[in-house]
Amino acid sequence: MSASAAPALPGMLAANPRLDQWVRFDSPGRVTVSTGRVEIGQGVLTAMRQIAAEELDVSPERILLQTGDTELTPNEGYTAGSQSIQFGGVALRLACAEVRALFLDHAASQFGHPRAALSVDDGAILHRGQPTGQDYWSLATSLDLARDATGRAEIKKAREHRIVGHSLPRVDLADKVFGGAAFLHDLALDGMLHARVVRQPRRGAMIRTIDEAAIRRAAKGPIEIVRDGNFVAILGADETTVEAAAAVAPGQVTWDNVEALNPFQEEARWLLQQPSIDKSYGAPPADPAPTARAYEATYTRMHIAHASIGPSCGLALYEDGHLQVWTHCQGAYPLRAALARTLKLDAAAISVKHVQGPGCYGHNGADDAAADAAVIAMRRPGQPVRVRWRREEEFGFEPVSPAMVVTARAALDETGKPADWTTEIWSGRHTSRPGGGGNLLAAEALPDPPPPPPAVEGPPPPGAGTRNGEPLYAFPAKRIVHHLIAETPVRTSSLRGLGATLNVYAIESSMDELAERAGQDPVAYRLSVLTDPRARKVVEHVARMAGWRAGMPAGIGKGRGIGFAQYKNMAAYAAVIADVEVDETVRVIHVWCAADAGLVINPDGAINQLEGGIVQGTSWALKEGVRLDEHGISSRDWEGYPVLRFSEVPEIAVDLIDPVVDRPPLGVGEASGGPTVAAIGNAVAHALGARIRNLPLTRERVMAALLRT
Amino acid sequence: MPSIAFTVNGKTVNVTADGDTPLLDVLRNHLGLVGTKFGCGLEQCGTCMVLIDGEPAKSCGKAVSTLAGRNVLTIEGLGTPQHPHALQQAFLDEQAGQCGYCLPGILITAKALLDRNPVPSRREIAVALDDNICRCGSHARILRAVERAAARMREGASR
Repeated sequence: MSASAAPALPGMLAANPRLDQWVRFDSPGRVTVSTGRVEIGQGVLTAMRQIAAEELDVSPERILLQTGDTELTPNEGYTAGSQSIQFGGVALRLACAEVRALFLDHAASQFGHPRAALSVDDGAILHRGQPTGQDYWSLATSLDLARDATGRAEIKKAREHRIVGHSLPRVDLADKVFGGAAFLHDLALDGMLHARVVRQPRRGAMIRTIDEAAIRRAAKGPIEIVRDGNFVAILGADETTVEAAAAVAPGQVTWDNVEALNPFQEEARWLLQQPSIDKSYGAPPADPAPTARAYEATYTRMHIAHASIGPSCGLALYEDGHLQVWTHCQGAYPLRAALARTLKLDAAAISVKHVQGPGCYGHNGADDAAADAAVIAMRRPGQPVRVRWRREEEFGFEPVSPAMVVTARAALDETGKPADWTTEIWSGRHTSRPGGGGNLLAAEALPDPPPPPPAVEGPPPPGAGTRNGEPLYAFPAKRIVHHLIAETPVRTSSLRGLGATLNVYAIESSMDELAERAGQDPVAYRLSVLTDPRARKVVEHVARMAGWRAGMPAGIGKGRGIGFAQYKNMAAYAAVIADVEVDETVRVIHVWCAADAGLVINPDGAINQLEGGIVQGTSWALKEGVRLDEHGISSRDWEGYPVLRFSEVPEIAVDLIDPVVDRPPLGVGEASGGPTVAAIGNAVAHALGARIRNLPLTRERVMAALLRT
Repeated sequence: MPSIAFTVNGKTVNVTADGDTPLLDVLRNHLGLVGTKFGCGLEQCGTCMVLIDGEPAKSCGKAVSTLAGRNVLTIEGLGTPQHPHALQQAFLDEQAGQCGYCLPGILITAKALLDRNPVPSRREIAVALDDNICRCGSHARILRAVERAAARMREGASR
């Protein structure tokens, strides 16, 4: 093997190879580190500092972190898919390791020290452990980092880590706890105009009439009404005045070309009758001949809302031919491309900067709110424009996660294990981010709207609707059949877990039913078909955590269930056990989780993410489903769309398996949701002695299941 | 427009605004106190929680005209990085938060609880916080943090 063979760079470093895009030493005593990944509540600001500080051998306090800014940071696409650390962090780690190595090479050649005798301590260059008087900042003037990474630098071993692997406190938390201006929503620029948009009820809807006088009367103060095509905005200097007008405005506009929805479509089964784009992955088609040893069951889920605690916000200023946009969306560069197309501007005339927002859990209204602000700002040059969505707007117009139907089908061998497995999936699209096809509400309302984004999803793994459709279990033949339904009653896009949530629910529910049919304990049955040692370890570990025992009585109103998946079949492994009590409703009492995320950068941060997935998964399982009426989404407040409250949250215990290890980090942010929903479903089936195949597990469905037993 | 005088975080303020203006808008836009957040405007989520004369209140639904002569406490008045309230310190110690947007409202609700019940059970804390939504799922940490703060405040009181 040739010593000079260049290793393949990790994707994000290959796309942004220049080292000075990642690391600079412009400020005395400080290291400017850039990442395209942004803070969306997952703790990435803290973890990226740890990664850079570790490989550069500087204290984390020296790191000035720049994130998600088209003027300052590498283009890493979206902060999504639990990929910030697994891909973005790994790229940053290698860039930092190479920068450190370049400095040591440079110091060795400059001062004639043997390279092996040099080291770095908090940015200072040491020779045999003694100060040389040189440091990164003194050497930076004679070392040009405007060069491409080679990927040849060695990263540290886990046992050498002093910063990575420790639970550093979050750098962003104090500001939030003391009431600082921590969010985009809190920015106030001089001369700022507040704005609200009167939303088009559906794509293609056309304004018939607007009663502007009625809107102005409600405002009780000066407002402007801006209209272009079917885009209508209310703006003014005083937010209260603008909000008062916006509250009545939807009732003062009438629309043509609005097709009524069928409220029946809030449940998923209508998907089965729709035209679809069909694809198969994995093993060739199964033998269609019915066999005595066959299993088939169908599971459904309603549309799910991101339901961010704060409605989306966007801020924009158009001045001297340049548009500056501040956004809490997940992809600054893709938004810039979508805005350029919408506004017919050159991308170079637009800067997009991420500012923190409330947790989004996927593609919510953030991009749309930014576009709203940009469209209005273009019409008010020199004045900053702030759009903050209304609560009913957030629930009514954000893209939601699509309703789904999943059928699990197995042909069993003589021991009751699947010899052939099919996961057949019917779903609307799970990806319609604006960078991909101009999916921005403002653009659709303006004259000459773009066509709807094409319904395209990549193959698994990772997949989108197909995500986790392939069980990790060692069945001899496995396939996914995917029916992608392009036409859905409401706009749909990515939400934490994407298709994995229902796919894992279907697979893991089926595994419990197959275990029962084989007369085996659910944990033992899973282990009998699980060969991946890391998968086995999380299942075995969570069983120990919960004190799992085979043969606990069923149908007594108390139940215990397990769920397992490796997220995307390529990120973190998670096994979850849930204890529930069921009378007319389901209460989740206790949840245990064991996860293997490879090398863990910040253990408490990883546990926080897994806990969050458990709570959100519990909420999905018990409560969540978007309601529809003929006008669109009708669940437009927290009473119409209830989520889990404090008194309903289970006790939670999370263990990380082998977090200090020389393995790549695996994304953890979405790993626990699917297994949690599955574990709760299995626990409820255990408690009732009857299975509920349709989510959420509401009182009505529990009562119906009880009647069946 | 009327001028309304009341106290915010110990300081008297005179606000000239339409009497129907929500207290939340007055805090954020007139007084620059942006720690209190807008979440729903429907008194359902608790992100805008403040104390009015010691009682928790959702400021999105309180007309400023009702506040004349009253005492308002917001997150900015709870404590500072130099002098944190026991609750704020406990939230940092427990790393209780993810996106953090709900935290100011939750801290205020928790203060109201501990003011009237210094020895709350886990269940009592959870029930008190049912007025607040956390969407990220930081609940377990938040409950632990309130328990920790309560314990610390009792230690302080017994000294």
